[in-house]
Amino acid sequence: MDIIITGLLLGGTYALIAFGLNMQYGVARIMNLANGEFLVLGALAAFWIFVADSISPILTMLIVAPLAFFGNWVIYKALLMPLVRRAKNKGQLEVDSILATFGMSFALVGIMVSIHGEYFTYSYLAEPFEIVGETFALNRIVAFCFAVLIGVALWLWLFFTRPGMAMRAVSVSTEASGLVGINVQKMSALAFALGGAVTTMGGTLISTFITLDASVGVIFTMKALIIIIMGGVGDIRGAIVAALILGLVETTVARLIDPGLTLAAAYAIFVLVLLFRPQGLFGRKPT
Amino acid sequence: MSHENEFKSLVWGAVLLLLAACVPLVANGYWMSIALTIAMFTVLATSWSLFSGPTHYISLATAAFFGVGGYLVGTGMSDYNMDFWTMVAIAPVVGAVLAFLIGIATLRLSGVYFVIFTLGLAEMIRTMVSWIQNNFTGSRGLYVLTDLTEADIYIYLVILAAVVYLAGWWINRSRLGFALRIIGNDETVARHVGINTATSKVILFTFSGFVAALVGALIAPRYTYIEPNGVFSPELSFIVVIMALLGGTGRLWGPIVGVIPFALLQEYINANYSSYSTLVMGIAFLVIVYFLPRGVVGRIEQLLAKRGRSTW
Amino acid sequence: MVATVLSVANATKRFGGLVAVNNLSFEVHQNEVMGIIGPNGSGKTTMMNLISGALRLSEGSVSLDGRFISTLKADQINQRGIARTFQLVRVLPGLSVAENCIAGMVFGHRRLWGDQARYEAGKLLSRVGLSGKETVPVGSLTYIDQKRLELARALASSPKLLLLDEWLAGLNPTELQEGIDLIRSLREEGITIILVEHVMDAIRSLCDRCIVMAAGAKIAEGSPGEVLADPEVVKVYIGEDI
Repeated sequence: MDIIITGLLLGGTYALIAFGLNMQYGVARIMNLANGEFLVLGALAAFWIFVADSISPILTMLIVAPLAFFGNWVIYKALLMPLVRRAKNKGQLEVDSILATFGMSFALVGIMVSIHGEYFTYSYLAEPFEIVGETFALNRIVAFCFAVLIGVALWLWLFFTRPGMAMRAVSVSTEASGLVGINVQKMSALAFALGGAVTTMGGTLISTFITLDASVGVIFTMKALIIIIMGGVGDIRGAIVAALILGLVETTVARLIDPGLTLAAAYAIFVLVLLFRPQGLFGRKPT
Repeated sequence: MSHENEFKSLVWGAVLLLLAACVPLVANGYWMSIALTIAMFTVLATSWSLFSGPTHYISLATAAFFGVGGYLVGTGMSDYNMDFWTMVAIAPVVGAVLAFLIGIATLRLSGVYFVIFTLGLAEMIRTMVSWIQNNFTGSRGLYVLTDLTEADIYIYLVILAAVVYLAGWWINRSRLGFALRIIGNDETVARHVGINTATSKVILFTFSGFVAALVGALIAPRYTYIEPNGVFSPELSFIVVIMALLGGTGRLWGPIVGVIPFALLQEYINANYSSYSTLVMGIAFLVIVYFLPRGVVGRIEQLLAKRGRSTW
Repeated sequence: MVATVLSVANATKRFGGLVAVNNLSFEVHQNEVMGIIGPNGSGKTTMMNLISGALRLSEGSVSLDGRFISTLKADQINQRGIARTFQLVRVLPGLSVAENCIAGMVFGHRRLWGDQARYEAGKLLSRVGLSGKETVPVGSLTYIDQKRLELARALASSPKLLLLDEWLAGLNPTELQEGIDLIRSLREEGITIILVEHVMDAIRSLCDRCIVMAAGAKIAEGSPGEVLADPEVVKVYIGEDI
């Protein structure tokens, strides 16, 4: 029971991070391998501001989100648009964007290491909290609640507003969306920026209960990618289920076998998905 | 390419290899060590680009295979009292089998899946090996004690480089190489002209796994003491990618054009500004994507072609 | 009785809820040019993809010379002797014109290599009207020349059955006449051809037989003159110029 709840709490935050990457890959069609670094930036900001002025990470999140939004928007416009324009086909854009975002990822890690090379250790709401007779750290629960809140807000936005609908249209078909008068470029930039902001907020939340350091971003990129692939690209419901599965499996392996094996466990899931359901948990067989 | 040209480039290759083999005669300890690093990356980057060049699949699995090779030598010699050369013979076979299995699981899917899979592979093997070591074999250090000097290892790697170049030369003029070029251009067309695309890709990927594991095994005596965190460092995969792309994967000799300057740059940065090495790698990636998409060699060829046209 | 080259039996292809090809059966005989016509979206290209192995059948079967091929992959089907061109022309931009043509004869139904392949490629390229352009970058070929190149690549495997997916679309009247003559000459050499086409002049002058598809199903079969006079065919084509 303890494992299940801890796993679900972790999975909730994972879902939020994957949501961010999913918007970037699903709508803007950029496989952003620097996504994890934005997560770490969110964590670094939370740590920094908390240690300096003991401001709550939740407040930090509100400051960080617009900054990350703007930063990602600039990255998309300045660095990724030229690649989209010069690409002759989908394959070339894929390779270019993978290499470019690797470059950004390394550059960001390099910058963050020079800002703060050690672990981002701080203690926020590390108090016990009781659910159905078992105790959990309050910070995990708070992070989970905010992750759900942000996720629901995004979902409402995507499904009940005009720009949200335009964004979903772009994710289905860039060409058709262009034909019905949607500004695909603008929507792609918006989705990329929004995705980056969501992941950064996820990073701020996760830093309240997991100690991160500057170079750990790539692990989170991997986890987000595994979740997206498991859930099916662009499939929100699938991603949530996948994130919860990943959270559960990781927690189970960490508690029952060895905390060092969480990555191996995530990988085992990944291999199974690739072998048996490469189209995602709920996806149809590709035609 | 005409037969005469082919013969010429073979002769040139042989001369350069002989020159490379003479380096230990003139180089002292410091430069010998740099030459060894260059030889190691030349083999890794060249075999990497044999697969990734034509197919455009970015493999980040080099560190995994390299680590498997180094670790097998370490554990074989320390834990099982095996002979160095026996382990050198076993390691590449294990690397090849691993690459084969990864290839059949991921290469039938799109390129993104492959990148993501190989991205964490070294890290995963490292955590599993550490776990097994801590829980079952006891966390003893793995020593690789041989009487090989850096110059000896260097010569072995130069020979291996020669073999890789020959293999690459042969592949490029074989049906297999032609098939890979077609796959890199348009996989759908490739299938419709009768190419079993998965098999072609898996063969080349297996070869690159074989070579990387062999390099890892051969170079193990250099480090004397093997630990998983060292041999499975994911950074190695990225450096290989940067070097190969910086040089250019369009030609067999492209990667070495990137290996030499980047290895020297890294040496300089690590010695003087070691905290910036990650940043430098990031910038290198960006420079390649935005300014040298076809590598230095591709850029030079482009310029020569332009000049050729304007003088006519 | 003429030998049957290709036989399609109860072919059905579903994409989720959409039935793109619905219970379609037909045969193609030795040395025949068969046309598949029908309005846009009627499933013609899907049918071609099912024959060439680009797509898997949901139900039914396809057999070549009496042997089932519908479980094979595209590369295996090509090796059995079916070659195709694509609706949206697909040349290989990174390869030379000659290499583009050679690509078709190395791995498939015919397996040539080296000097022999180069010699054959030269012959084929001049056959389709590309002689002298062996060294031109593929990207700077005109549209018709790219189509010619794609045809040369398909012919390079010396196929038993050639699938042409709107190969004549987008050509001007002179080019069209050249194209029609070229296809006719292939047929005279003994190649069996399936033609998906909107250009009715080509259908009339080339095809021995046609099937007409609408909404995934076959609604008529016969000589071009017969099917184009069929009231039901006229009905599905209303608004289109025939």
